[in-house]
Amino acid sequence: MAPVTQLPAARQLDMMKALKEAAFAAVVTFGLCIPIIAWGTRQNLDNVLVLDPRWDAVAWAVAIIFVGRFLMALRQQKRGEGKSVVRLLPHGTIGFFQRHSRLFSLAGLGFLVTFPIIAITLAGWGGALKWIDNFGVQILIYVMLGWGLNIVVGLAGLLDLGYVAFYAVGAYSYALLAKNFGLSFWILLPMSGILAAFWGMLLGFPVLRLRGDYLAIVTLAFGEIIRLILINWVEFSNGYAGISGIPRPTFFGIPFTAADDGFAAVFGLEFSPLYRTIFLYYVILGLALLTAFVTLRLRRLPVGRAWEALREDEIACRSLGINTTNTKLTAFSLGAMFGGFAGSFFAARQGFISPESFVFMESAIILAIVVLGGMGSLWGVAIAASVMIGGTELLRELDWLKQIFGPDFDPTKYRMLIFGFAMVVIMIWKPRGLISTREPTAFLKEKKAISADMVQEGHG
Amino acid sequence: MEVFLQQLINGLTLGSIYGLIAIGYTMVFGIIGMVNFAHGDVFMLSAFIALIFFMLIASWFGAGLIVLALIFVLVLAMFFTSLWNWTIERVAYRPLRGSFRLAPLISAIGMSIFLTNFVQVVQGPRNKSIPPMLNKSITLIDSATYTVQISYKQIVIILTTAILLAAFWFIVQKTSLGRAQRACEQDRKMAGLLGIDVDRTISITFVMGAALAAVAGVMYLVLYGVVNFADGFTPGVKAFTAAVLGGIGSLPGAVIGGLLIGLIEVFWSAYFTIDYKDVAAFCILAVVLVFMPSGILGRPEVEKV
Repeated sequence: MAPVTQLPAARQLDMMKALKEAAFAAVVTFGLCIPIIAWGTRQNLDNVLVLDPRWDAVAWAVAIIFVGRFLMALRQQKRGEGKSVVRLLPHGTIGFFQRHSRLFSLAGLGFLVTFPIIAITLAGWGGALKWIDNFGVQILIYVMLGWGLNIVVGLAGLLDLGYVAFYAVGAYSYALLAKNFGLSFWILLPMSGILAAFWGMLLGFPVLRLRGDYLAIVTLAFGEIIRLILINWVEFSNGYAGISGIPRPTFFGIPFTAADDGFAAVFGLEFSPLYRTIFLYYVILGLALLTAFVTLRLRRLPVGRAWEALREDEIACRSLGINTTNTKLTAFSLGAMFGGFAGSFFAARQGFISPESFVFMESAIILAIVVLGGMGSLWGVAIAASVMIGGTELLRELDWLKQIFGPDFDPTKYRMLIFGFAMVVIMIWKPRGLISTREPTAFLKEKKAISADMVQEGHG
Repeated sequence: MEVFLQQLINGLTLGSIYGLIAIGYTMVFGIIGMVNFAHGDVFMLSAFIALIFFMLIASWFGAGLIVLALIFVLVLAMFFTSLWNWTIERVAYRPLRGSFRLAPLISAIGMSIFLTNFVQVVQGPRNKSIPPMLNKSITLIDSATYTVQISYKQIVIILTTAILLAAFWFIVQKTSLGRAQRACEQDRKMAGLLGIDVDRTISITFVMGAALAAVAGVMYLVLYGVVNFADGFTPGVKAFTAAVLGGIGSLPGAVIGGLLIGLIEVFWSAYFTIDYKDVAAFCILAVVLVFMPSGILGRPEVEKV
């Protein structure tokens, strides 16, 4: 009987410990809340700053942290006792997916191709626009940017914090050339890609001998320089005001308008703005798939092998006679090229661009998608983009929360707050990214999954 | 000449603020080799904390004793900002210690996004301004064409920075705490084996960095009198630029880098065009890194195979 009586005692002790930890966390939270939450600053009618005490919010924050920390401490103790921990996925799920990756890729592809039809069937002609545009096109842009940056960061191991610069180059190339010279989308799309690649080479050439964090900070600086020039060189880019009235892409010369020579009239359909959105959806889908295809094929070429070798060990590469500068430069400019494609698509889709769209935060989000997905993994990047971008877009749909928290509760206000928090949580939960095992490019007899812990990355 | 002197004073003031922030970057990089991206936002947060305490003190005791109020606000802001940075390190960075290199960086970027938006949510997106203080100034040179002035604000900023840096220098160089920090910087594993509590030392490094960022935040508020939730990014990047320019990992380097960036920015605005002052700062960073990758006072990186 003795063990049975001992068991509650041990539990009691654990409770005390957990309570103590929770109390400590609550005290710290109280300290954190004191100035910044307890008093809100507000301009009154005379435009003078006044303070509003908000102790109720502090109480809520402290209570939430107390309960949360308490539950977490209990869960950690259970883990210590060797009891099963809640797993989101049963063991071996990832391995199962990877063994059948071809099958799942085909299924995913099928879903993406039929997505507009599914959206129209489920949401009707009126509701589908939002789903295809805000979710489909938006997520695919980030998937494409993620895959493009993946070449630089995931394959070649060069930490690039200024990727958005090439996105901006692509967007402004399309906008300015289309407006001033009237060239069509299909000519300008490759052209802006080439221009972005050219810029990638130009910027990459002096800085690629830097390593690691230095490279990161210089790329960040270049990203900011390009944005600041776009803001300040008003004659060229119209500054803060941005460029509006950018020509929209046409269906091989047929515009998507309600006019007689418009898409709907030519094909004998009733006019709907949805056609353009669906067309744009397929364009970005095609571009994203092109990026993925090129990445997959390049990994089998000597240059792709050289990238991965470079990522693993630069010194070994140099001693084997690989020209590291050229190898890095190709990765950098290829990544930039896909950024340029995505940029020109972005400009064509929005019809309006301004430097506001190309802030550092965009670079950070794209890099976060690549790292959260598990660097080098195309699937991981796609999943991370869907979760992070789709998830934050979903927050726009949470109007029903107003019924719980009152009418002035605005869930969109918390979008980026949750985004940032999610980045931290995912990194702590899976520091190697969501898909942390990868397939070897070169192998003897059979492929084996390699744990990401074996892979070096980002040493630049 | 008069213009030059005036801009020199302005540049030193701005440079002091950058230098204070840069120390936080350089210390954290030195000890755990990570770019603490959230540091600029910690600086912004400290300016908000200072703003709230300024207003509290003004509403409780009136706005009479401005110097006393300033000292109080400085101490309180240093304390609460340190608490924030301590918590951030504990929650977002410590679990990732020993993980691969990009994980803490992404975590820090996430924290930076979180802090910016947190302040936006709890304090609102508008510019917050306080009534100007310490407005008087001393005229140094009064020639017919140009008057060189140094305002009380600028004196306070430069003096506070100098005093705190001296105190800080003393801590790092002369106390056992500072010795532990330098030991961790050289070899964390060995320091741990020799009985130094590495986690605690790293926490203290974050606390010290935050305290200096808080000083910068208070000074920023005193200088400009206005703060916005998005104000952390640009000074943060420039301070990081300063840290790299001075040689990352080196404390005097961070200060020199900060002063240089401040001077470059101010002189560029005065003699060329104000629009491209940030471009100038970043260009100089790129040029310095390409030709002198270890910065002004940094030790050249030795590649170990």
